[in-house]
Amino acid sequence: MNGSKPYSQIRAMLAVTQASLRSIFRNPSTVAFSFALPVFFILVFGFIDKGTLSVSVGLAPKSDTTSAAYSIIKSIPVIKLVTDESAPQMREDLNRGKLGGILSLVKSSDTSRPALQVVFQKSKASAEGGAVAEMIITNAINSANLAAVPELKRAVEMRTEEVTDPAFKKIDFILPGMLGFSLLSMGVFGTAFVFLNLRNTLVIKRFFATPIHKAYIVLGEALSRVIFALMSSSLIIVLGYLAFGFTLQHGVFTFINMMVLSFVALFVFMGMGFIISGLAKTESAVPPLANMIVLPQLILGGTFFPVSSFPAWLQVISKALPLTYLNEAMRRTAFEGVGLFSVWTDILALMIWGVVVYLLATRLFKWE
Amino acid sequence: MKSQSPVIISVKNLLKQYEDFTAVKGISFEVYEGEIFGLLGPNGAGKTTTLEILETLRDKSGGEVTIDGLNLDKDQNGIKKIIGVQLQAAGYYPSLKLFELLDLFGGLYNVDIDKMKMLAKVGLEDKAKNKYKDLSGGQKQRFSLCTTLINNPRVIFLDEPTTGLDPQSRRNLWDLIRKIRDNGTTVVITTHYMDEAEELCDRVAVMEAGEFIAMDTPGNLIDKLVAGGFKRKKEVKQANLEDVFLDLTGREWRDQ
Repeated sequence: MNGSKPYSQIRAMLAVTQASLRSIFRNPSTVAFSFALPVFFILVFGFIDKGTLSVSVGLAPKSDTTSAAYSIIKSIPVIKLVTDESAPQMREDLNRGKLGGILSLVKSSDTSRPALQVVFQKSKASAEGGAVAEMIITNAINSANLAAVPELKRAVEMRTEEVTDPAFKKIDFILPGMLGFSLLSMGVFGTAFVFLNLRNTLVIKRFFATPIHKAYIVLGEALSRVIFALMSSSLIIVLGYLAFGFTLQHGVFTFINMMVLSFVALFVFMGMGFIISGLAKTESAVPPLANMIVLPQLILGGTFFPVSSFPAWLQVISKALPLTYLNEAMRRTAFEGVGLFSVWTDILALMIWGVVVYLLATRLFKWE
Repeated sequence: MKSQSPVIISVKNLLKQYEDFTAVKGISFEVYEGEIFGLLGPNGAGKTTTLEILETLRDKSGGEVTIDGLNLDKDQNGIKKIIGVQLQAAGYYPSLKLFELLDLFGGLYNVDIDKMKMLAKVGLEDKAKNKYKDLSGGQKQRFSLCTTLINNPRVIFLDEPTTGLDPQSRRNLWDLIRKIRDNGTTVVITTHYMDEAEELCDRVAVMEAGEFIAMDTPGNLIDKLVAGGFKRKKEVKQANLEDVFLDLTGREWRDQ
């Protein structure tokens, strides 16, 4: 009958991989989470990035508009002067943070004081905008003062240059974060749910009566997940590169490095999924467990905000999470174009996590 | 007759012990090549446990099992290659189409199969491109039966193959099982349905609380009962209600 060729576990494993992949593509929630959601975030952040800095400043009614100071302020593109509101309206807008400040210019007839009195009102409601506006206006006033007394000898001279090196765009921060998010959710949710489902619906039980070894069933399922995750990661990177100018410092080489990082991280995240599928008894027990693993990493791992923007005590937690290291390594690889050796500390952190996770998983994972 | 055929399954003192109770209490039996052998008994009797042990899905606590000359302890993988298994409540990747599932099992058994021919054996050729979850109960059972044959097995084990099916499907599944046996495959079946056992099985073994309480051909068992003075309460007619039903509604496959 079939005794001529020795049994190939690999062939059996690949049959499982093929069946599993087909299943994954037909599962809408997996596709949504792993691909659609990250792409959505990238689109959102991609469009936000197109804006330029601007601050609205109210110009108090009856302000003097004839001075040199006023001309300078008006010509600065960052400052948008609002002239069509009444004083009480401006005050309200200032308190609500819609205006960065209120500017008034009054010509003074008192000869003991400067000819033009400028008052800038700001509010805590728009601290950032107010600070920017204040600095710009102060600068404008200084320029006006200097222009009025040209013979004054300056102690310090300054000029500004625009650096033309590759600039870190918002997407260069966000896309690696989204990749990490996609890999994390795919790895954890994908693995946890699938094994639970298969265990409960006795799909895998039938496999046990065939010559395939249990380990190859797991490998087959894992491989299909890896293939799917790498495919969706590739798509995300290509989309970011073509549509939003995501920086791939050394092109294809950088892309490959990112794929390797994705693979290592996915390996760790899938292990976490295995642990959950071993712990959870029913399908409804999976989301809380999975979210406990995914959400803290999502928030603290530097996906949306840099880790440095957190208080020091939170950063300690951040530095213990695997996603943090993945995000860091991804950003450096993509933007700085470094090779994998340069991010070896990040990879090492991921691998240590991998060992811990798989030790736990082999203990907890149950077949039935 | 059938007892001239060689023994294909040999079970000696099979024991399955759990912490708090013993499911199978040292049973012994033989199955002859080419017969349809039935395992009957109430729920909890130990039929499914026994079957699962023979199917290599469950470990035994003691005893010896030989299938087609292969010892369960020494060559479990060899046994897996020559048996087919239909589980009582099994599933398949639900969103996969039938021919994709056949690809899967072909790979699992390392065999190249003619998929359409396999589906034709169970009358499902026109459902090849349908997803498993879209099949009716009867169709799912037929597909399940189909997957037991992929590796051209020597023995197939069927756990309650017609539970939940309508009369047409049951009859037609019986014909299918007989055809499989006529092709040279030995069939071991567990069932709750006595009419099924009486119709299909060459020999039956009745299990109760982990032990056999009877093992013989259905005919012999009935004869023994009648010889002991048993008389049926109702008068036995030449036909029964099922015959009426089938006569009225026809005997072809009924697919919803």
